[in-house]
Amino acid sequence: MKILVSVKRVVDFNVKVRVKPDGTGVDLGNVKMAMNPFCEIAVEEGVRLKEQGIADEVVVVSIGPKACQEQIRTAMALGADRGIQIETDQELDSLAVAKLLAKVVEEEQPGLVILGKQSIDSDNNQTGQMLGALTGMPQGTFASEVNLVEGKVEVTREVDGGLQTLSLNLPAIVTTDLRLNEPRYASLPNFMKAKRKPLDTKSPADFGVDISPRLKTLKVEPPAERQAGIIVGSVDELVEKLKNEAKVI
Amino acid sequence: MRILVIAEHDNVTLKGATLNTVTAAAQLGDDVDLLVVGDNCGGAAEAAAKISGVSKVLVADNAAYSHKLAENLGSLVTELASGYSHVLAPATSTGKNFMPRVAAALDVAQISDIIAVESADTFKRPIYAGNAIATVQSSDSVKVITVRTTGFDAAATDGSAAVESLDKVTDAGISAFVKEELAQSDRPELTSAKVIVSGGRGMGNGENFSMLEQVADKLGAAVGASRAAVDAGFVPNDMQVGQTGKIVAPELYIAVGISGAIQHLAGMKDSKVIVAINKDEEAPIFQVADYGLVADLFDAVPELERQL
Ligand SMILES: Cc1cc2nc3c(=O)[nH]c(=O)nc-3n(C[C@H](O)[C@H](O)[C@H](O)COP(=O)(O)OP(=O)(O)OC[C@H]3O[C@@H](n4cnc5c(N)ncnc54)[C@H](O)[C@@H]3O)c2cc1C
Repeated sequence: MKILVSVKRVVDFNVKVRVKPDGTGVDLGNVKMAMNPFCEIAVEEGVRLKEQGIADEVVVVSIGPKACQEQIRTAMALGADRGIQIETDQELDSLAVAKLLAKVVEEEQPGLVILGKQSIDSDNNQTGQMLGALTGMPQGTFASEVNLVEGKVEVTREVDGGLQTLSLNLPAIVTTDLRLNEPRYASLPNFMKAKRKPLDTKSPADFGVDISPRLKTLKVEPPAERQAGIIVGSVDELVEKLKNEAKVI
Repeated sequence: MRILVIAEHDNVTLKGATLNTVTAAAQLGDDVDLLVVGDNCGGAAEAAAKISGVSKVLVADNAAYSHKLAENLGSLVTELASGYSHVLAPATSTGKNFMPRVAAALDVAQISDIIAVESADTFKRPIYAGNAIATVQSSDSVKVITVRTTGFDAAATDGSAAVESLDKVTDAGISAFVKEELAQSDRPELTSAKVIVSGGRGMGNGENFSMLEQVADKLGAAVGASRAAVDAGFVPNDMQVGQTGKIVAPELYIAVGISGAIQHLAGMKDSKVIVAINKDEEAPIFQVADYGLVADLFDAVPELERQL
């Protein structure tokens, strides 16, 4: 079985971003960029399925500017076999990303597509589900466990009330939650090896997909800041303040 | 403007998130229909009819909808959507699961997690773990929206809408329910609790969470956790608060042994009053806390419980 994994280049999760003074976006000049943490988990899951002999090839795809080749190389250093970059400098809606991925699915015919459940920049949580609707595939979102059994995939999902397990026909879509696995670190020799793995570059036009945005960002502003509070000296003082000052207990 | 809201429920009762979503819908226009999709969901439909501001309750009651499979829910809502200018669902794990399928099937973008309605096509939503708020405008014919419930008050429940049943059944037959393990608790739900006591890695183990439960019992509070506490296996995943867990905004949030990482703050910093108990005075949680107590939690929490 072939596995397709999509990865996104985003700001590193440790960075506290700042809004640009002119309100047009967040300042990404000179900040560390990295693979979206959920995408890393997706790559790891694909590679593990290959190591278990369930998958025979892991293909990684990223859509974005030239720099996202870095994340594709990282995925290959982690064990993916080859990469596809769809190059665009435009910021894409999740719908456009899903449409491009649907074309890649059509070409590659994977048995399983693994994506992160959300990217930590736009926090949309949409792409995997949209890809499901566009390709007619079933989905197991927010996965904390994935098992292939008898020609189907069983996915345990983290839902608001606890855990839910579904059985999906293949081909299927899985989106990863944080507890699915703990991604490995790529070793230097593996980074060197990854440089020799094939990476195909395409453009949205190659797929004939209209990527014009449906959503326009009018303004980006910082959230309301909280007033700094006080340090209390004791539990007594804390309880007194909560009762008489904040009046919340 | 005709607005369709998809109700969140467990067949018997309606979840509070539905009420906040109706409030968001009412800001868009006054023709709001509510869709209850489930299996033996008469109880939920009855409760839905009482929500003020709802014109009509549509009920799709069928075994195909018993476990809210995204494929089946998605295609039903897609079929119904054409008559509406807006389709809204709460940004719960159910709403997040099926709504993007609806959007893609309609060939429209989705606007996730809105916290404010600016106009019929313009909305505010947090990005970058809540470190920025974007105002976005949609040019699509149908707006598919998930609603962050902490951004909107709950609608009142003194209405009496007409109830209409739908006989349309959409069963894609490509996914099936296997099992579920749902947390059983007599405490209020995290997302609607007025008070939350949360524990982090500093709790040390799962047994120590009983200290927080005792405080919670006295305050009528829910118990939450950081990701580190969930990952370490102290408590189950449904207790996680944060960017990728539950978003909460109670009257009082007490963070115990939680450092205050960006991703945790993203889920609780809109709480009215925040208390932090941490032995490290440098912990970032103190920067958002109204009342900070620098102390060992194993001394402070039992003491707090005694004083309540
Ligand atoms: C993509 C992504 C998404 C994430 N999503 C979330 C999310 O939704 N929610 C979330 O919470 N995290 C999330 N995280 C993880 C987050 O970055 C932090 O790792 C996590 O919140 C830390 O949890 P903690 O504060 O319990 O642990 P720590 O950071 O280890 O803090 C423990 C604290 O306990 C204090 N402590 C220890 N012992 C005691 C004692 N005896 N008395 C008093 N204080 C004590 C310490 O001083 C310390 O401040 C996410 C991370 C990533 C990469």
